[in-house]
Amino acid sequence: MPFGINETMGQYSELFMLLAAGTYTVAFIAFAWDLAKSSRALQAIDLKAAQAVEPAKVPAAVGAGNRAESSVGGPAGRAERPSSSAASGTPAGGGIVTAGADMKYSAARRAPARVAVALTVLGALIHAAGVVTRALGAGRVPWGNMYEFLTTGAFVAIAVFLLVLIRRDLRFLGTFVVGLAIIMLVAASVAYWTPVGHLVPALQSYWLIIHVSIAVLSSALFTLTFAMSALQLVQSHRQKTVAAGGEDKLGFMRLVPSALSLENLSYRINAIAFIGWTFTLMFGAIWAEKAWGRFWGWDTKEVWTFVIWVVYAGYLHARATRGWTGTRAAWLSIVGYLCVVFNFTIVNQFFNGLHSYSGL
Amino acid sequence: MSERVNVKKKSPAPDADKVSAAKASAALPALGAKEMLRFAWTQLTSMRTALFLLLLLAVAAVPGSLFPQRPANPSVVTQYIKDHPDYGKLLDSLQLYDVYSSVWFSAIYLLLFISLIGCVVPRAIAHYKAMRSQPPRTPKRLSRLPEYGTLVIPADAGIPASDAIHGAAGLLKKRGYRVEVRDADGERPSLGAERGLSKEVGNLVFHTSLIGVLVSVAIGGLFGYSGQRILVEGDTFVNTLVGYDQFTPGTNFQSSQLQPYSVQLDKFDITFDRESQGKFGQPIDFSAAVTTKENPDAPAKKETLKVNDPITLGGTSIYLTGNGYAPVVTIRDGAGNVAMQGPVVAKLQGDNYYSSVVIKVPDAKPDQLGFQGFFLPTAFVTEQGVSFSGDPDLFNPQLSLNSYYGDLGLDSGSPQNVFEIDVKDLTPLNARNLDAGGITLSPGTSYTLPDGKGSISFDGVKRYVGVDIHHNPGQLYALIFALLAVAGLILSLYVNRRRAWVRTGTHDDGRTMVEYGLLARGEDHRLAGEAAAIRTLLVREWGLTADPEQDGHRQEDSPQSQQTPSSLGDNGAGTPTPASPAGPEKDQ
Ligand code: HEM
Repeated sequence: MPFGINETMGQYSELFMLLAAGTYTVAFIAFAWDLAKSSRALQAIDLKAAQAVEPAKVPAAVGAGNRAESSVGGPAGRAERPSSSAASGTPAGGGIVTAGADMKYSAARRAPARVAVALTVLGALIHAAGVVTRALGAGRVPWGNMYEFLTTGAFVAIAVFLLVLIRRDLRFLGTFVVGLAIIMLVAASVAYWTPVGHLVPALQSYWLIIHVSIAVLSSALFTLTFAMSALQLVQSHRQKTVAAGGEDKLGFMRLVPSALSLENLSYRINAIAFIGWTFTLMFGAIWAEKAWGRFWGWDTKEVWTFVIWVVYAGYLHARATRGWTGTRAAWLSIVGYLCVVFNFTIVNQFFNGLHSYSGL
Repeated sequence: MSERVNVKKKSPAPDADKVSAAKASAALPALGAKEMLRFAWTQLTSMRTALFLLLLLAVAAVPGSLFPQRPANPSVVTQYIKDHPDYGKLLDSLQLYDVYSSVWFSAIYLLLFISLIGCVVPRAIAHYKAMRSQPPRTPKRLSRLPEYGTLVIPADAGIPASDAIHGAAGLLKKRGYRVEVRDADGERPSLGAERGLSKEVGNLVFHTSLIGVLVSVAIGGLFGYSGQRILVEGDTFVNTLVGYDQFTPGTNFQSSQLQPYSVQLDKFDITFDRESQGKFGQPIDFSAAVTTKENPDAPAKKETLKVNDPITLGGTSIYLTGNGYAPVVTIRDGAGNVAMQGPVVAKLQGDNYYSSVVIKVPDAKPDQLGFQGFFLPTAFVTEQGVSFSGDPDLFNPQLSLNSYYGDLGLDSGSPQNVFEIDVKDLTPLNARNLDAGGITLSPGTSYTLPDGKGSISFDGVKRYVGVDIHHNPGQLYALIFALLAVAGLILSLYVNRRRAWVRTGTHDDGRTMVEYGLLARGEDHRLAGEAAAIRTLLVREWGLTADPEQDGHRQEDSPQSQQTPSSLGDNGAGTPTPASPAGPEKDQ
C-alpha cells in the first residue's frame, strides 16, 4: 500500500460524521415542520378558494386529440405515458390540489423549507469533510467496508438530492432523504464501526474505485425514485379517494406533485440509474474476471445485482406495457429498491467471504 | 411504447383481437393446430409476456443465493443435505442446488430469449421499412399536435409559400431531420420531417446484444476449461492435464487445446498490516515472483503474480487465489532410509494461518507411516494447554503431530484426499493421550518415533500459493456484446424520436402564413424546448421580429391572434385546443 494509516485523521472523520448526523437531525425537523406548516397554510387557502373554484372541465379534446394523432401514426399521448390510475387524478379529475407538475420552485416562500435546505447543505459540507478525512486517514478511497459504504453512501444520497434540488423543487422529499441519511450514519457508527485500515488484497484494485462508485451513485438515484414511487402510490390513492368524493385526509400531500408527474420524473431518474446499474453489473463482472478468473459465477452478490437489474428492466418494460404503467410500475420501482437494500446488507456477509478467500 | 403499438398493429393478430382472444381463451372453441400455434406465438411475443418472464427470471434467480450451489461449493451442498435430512433431498430433486442450470431456470430464460427474438425480428423489419420510407404525411390539423405554433411572414418580405417551405426544409435538415417537401408549388405546401430513428436502432441493438451475451457465455461453457494447482516455492507447473490438481473441462474441450507452458514459483511474499490497531496482522499484500516459459523451448521470463492482477499465458489466465505454509520435513523409516523428504502443504483452518497437516509415507518400511496434526506460524499455548497461532508471520513456527503406522490403504488404487487421513485401520504411535505423547517440533529439530519405527525432522518452512487457471474463449465476445448493449440502451433511452410538420400558405393580403407542429414518439420531456428552438430558427431564417409571445405560439394563443392562418381552412381560429391534455411536460 502506498499510503500509511493516519488514525488521528480517522478520529476527526468520526467526529465530522457525528456532527453531520446532528445537523441533519435539525434539518429533518425543519423539513417535517415545513410539511406540517405548509399543509395547514394550503388548507386555509383551499377553504377560501373552494367556493370560487369550479372543477376544471375535462377538455373535450382528449378523445378527439387522440384520434387525430392516431391518424399521423402514433398517439401523441404516448409522449407522456398516462398511467392508468393517475389518469383519474390529473387536475381534470376533480379539484384536487397537488403541487405543480413541473416541480419548479414557485413564488410562495416556505421559510422552514429554506432553513431545512440550508441546514442540509451545512450538514453535507461537514459530512464531506468526514468522508475526505476518512479517505486521508486510510490513504485510499473511502469505500472499502460497511462503515465506509454507509457513511459515503449517505453522503452521495444527500449530494444527489441537493444537486437535483437546484433544478427541481423536490423539497417534499427532504424528510425522507435526510431521514435515511441519518439512519445510515447512525447504523454505520453503531453497528458497523471500523477504524481506518488497509484494504484486503482482494479489494486492492482500481475496479473498486470504478465499480463501487457507480454502484453507490446508482443506489442514491434509486433512493430518490423509491421515495417518489412510494409518494406516487399515496398520491394516486389520495387522488382517487378525492375524485370519488372522499375526504382528503392527507393534507401534506398537497406539497407533492400529482401521481403522474411523480411517475414521469421517477421514470427519468430510474432510466439514468438503470444505465448506472448496468455499468455496475458489467464492471463487477470485469473485476470478478480479474480477481477470480470468471466473470460470472452466481455468487450471492452477483445474484442480487442481477436480480436488481432484471427488476428495473421489468420496470422499464412495465412503463411501455399497457395496464402496467402507474401503480404497478411504481410497485416494481419499490421492489427494486428493496432488493438494493437487501443486496447492501448481503454485502456485509459477502466481504467476510472475500476475507477468508484471500487467506485461501 | 409507440413502436410496440405499431408492431402489434402490423402483426397478424391485431391487438384488440388478441385481448378478446385472451379473454375468451377459457371458452375457446376447438382451434386448428395452426391457429393454436399462432395464438401461442403472439402470446409469447407480447410485451406482457416479456414483462412476466422478466419478473419470473428475477424471482427464479433468488433461490440460488439462499441455498448452497453445487458448481461453487459441492462439498457444502453435500454437507447441507446431510444436515437437513428432512428436506435436503427434496430440495435436490427440485434442482435447488443447481439453480442456474436447472430445467426451470433454463426454461424461463430460453422462453424469454425466444420471446425476445420474436419481438426483435418484426420490429427490425418494421424499422428498416420506416427508415426507408418518407416521413409520415402532413396531418390535416397541425393544431392538434402537442406542440403547435404559427408564424407570419409580412407581404413585403417577398417570401412566397413555396420558398418558405423550402427554407424550413433546409433548416430542419441541418437540425438532423429527414425532410420531405410536399406539394411545393401547390396552394398549401407542407413538409414532414422526422428525426431520432436511432432510438429504435438502439433498442434493437440492445436486445440483440443480450442474445449475443448469452451465446458468448454458452461458447465459454463449451470450449473453455479451468483448473487448479498448488505450487510450493520452487515448484514448476507445466500446462498439461497431469499438471493440474483439479481440472474442469468444458463440454467440447480437447486436451490438445493445452499449450505446454510452464510457471515456476520462485518466491512468495506477504506483507502484513503492522499499522492499524483493529487489523493488526491482516495480510495487505500478496506477491508471487514467478518464472514463465511460453513453451519448453521459449526463453524464461520473470513475472509477478498478484491478487487482482493475473498473468496471461498460452491463451489462459493464471490467478493467485490462495496461499499458505508448507513445512519441510524429512522422514526416515524403521529401516533407517529416507522415506520422504520435502514440503508438506498445510491446509488453512483458522486465524493467523492456523493450518492442518497430513503426511502419508507409503514408502516407509517395514510399516507405512502416517502423521496428522497442525502447523502454527507463531505458536502460543494458553494456560489450559491449548495451542493457537498468535500471528500469521513466522515468528515461532511449530509443528504438532500425532503419528501412526500400518497400512495407509493407498495400494488399493482408489483415490484419496491428500489433506485427509483415515486412521481407523492404523495403530497410533504418538498422541497426547499415549505414553509417548504428541510430537512437537520447531524448525531444525527432529524426533525419533517410538518402537524404532523411524524419525521425523522439521527442516524449515516454505510458502505455497494456490493458482486458478482459466481459459474462456467466450469472454471477449461477452464483453463486446455487453458494451454494444449499453451503447444501444443509452441511444434508446436518450435519443428522442420526433416528428415535425410545417405548412405554409399565402394569405389574401399577401402575407405568408406558416404553421408548424411537433409530435414525440415515446417519452420526450424536451419536445417543447425543441419546438421553441425550431421557432427561433425559423424566425431568424425569415428575418421576422422575434417576439414569440406576441404571435401565435400555442401557449399564448388568444382569440384575437389574428395571425393564425385562419384562412387556411383546416385551421380555423376556433379550433386550436386550449390546452394540450396529452402533451409532454413543458419544463424546458
Ligand atoms: C432478456 C430479456 C430482456 C431484457 C433484459 C430487456 C430489457 C429492456 C430494457 C432495459 C429496456 C429499456 C430500454 C428502452 O426503453 O429502450 C427494454 C425496452 C423494450 N423491450 Fe426489452 N428486454 C428483454 C426482453 C424483451 C422482450 C422479450 C421483448 C418483446 C416482447 C422486449 C421488448 C421491449 C420493447 C418493445 C422495449 C421498448 C420499450 C421502451 O422503449 O420503453 N424486451 N427492454
